[in-house]
Amino acid sequence: MESLTNTIHAVPLNHYILLSAIIFSIGVMGVLIRRNAIVIFMSVELMLNSVNLLLTAFSVYRGDATGQVFVFFIMALAAAEVAVGLAIIVMIYRNTNSIDINVLNRLKW
Amino acid sequence: MSTFYFIAFLSIFFSILVISAKNPVHSILYLILTFFTFTVHYILLNAQFLAIVNFIVYMGAILVLFLYTLMLINLNKESEPVKPFMIKIAGVFGGGILAVAIASSLKLLAKSNPVVLQNPNLGLVKNLGKVLFNEFLLPFEVSSVLLLSAMVGAVLLATKDPKTA
Repeated sequence: MESLTNTIHAVPLNHYILLSAIIFSIGVMGVLIRRNAIVIFMSVELMLNSVNLLLTAFSVYRGDATGQVFVFFIMALAAAEVAVGLAIIVMIYRNTNSIDINVLNRLKW
Repeated sequence: MSTFYFIAFLSIFFSILVISAKNPVHSILYLILTFFTFTVHYILLNAQFLAIVNFIVYMGAILVLFLYTLMLINLNKESEPVKPFMIKIAGVFGGGILAVAIASSLKLLAKSNPVVLQNPNLGLVKNLGKVLFNEFLLPFEVSSVLLLSAMVGAVLLATKDPKTA
């Protein structure tokens, strides 16, 4: 483990921020360009994970364990969110026979 | 050091594949690979507890849930209708603008210090458990209520309504 943790020593914090920003943006793009509700949901998971990685990097950078506890709570929240969200998608599919989000424009002005 | 850049490249590569794959099943498989690279990131940061939790909860539980839902919803009939090309361009442009904005705001920071692990047992289960059960005991218990209510809600939403069915 010692050799593994030594490999990271020279990575600047900026590069972690950049990596998380890029993956977060890819998640945003996924939400914007896809129409399949499940793929949109997966993009949201991607965004959550990039934030988790950034929190962990900052936690290691500051030497404070609170950030990692926060990531643990985010993971519990993501599990709950996925359970409810997928149930909603199943219900939508049962009612409309499609998971294309353009079918669901009845709330649109 | 180069390990980080290699894994970071893999993360970005697989996450691009997630949003660009035509077949949703392929998307999910690429998402599993992306989460695996995140697990490697956590190991590199010596956050062993988070690495294991990410491995079990995300790759094990959440993605299996996705796959099951995809199997329940039969998507083989017709593929996803394609969005107009201009809207796709606009979406990529918007996301790219966000990335550029964050990346250029990094320029305002002073020279960034390297991420150095000061305390080698920071992310170990023993240390995290002490923090979790001392300072964060109430949020921990509340999150159990959250999970319970999510479970009840999911069952309630996904079962057929006997009156309408």
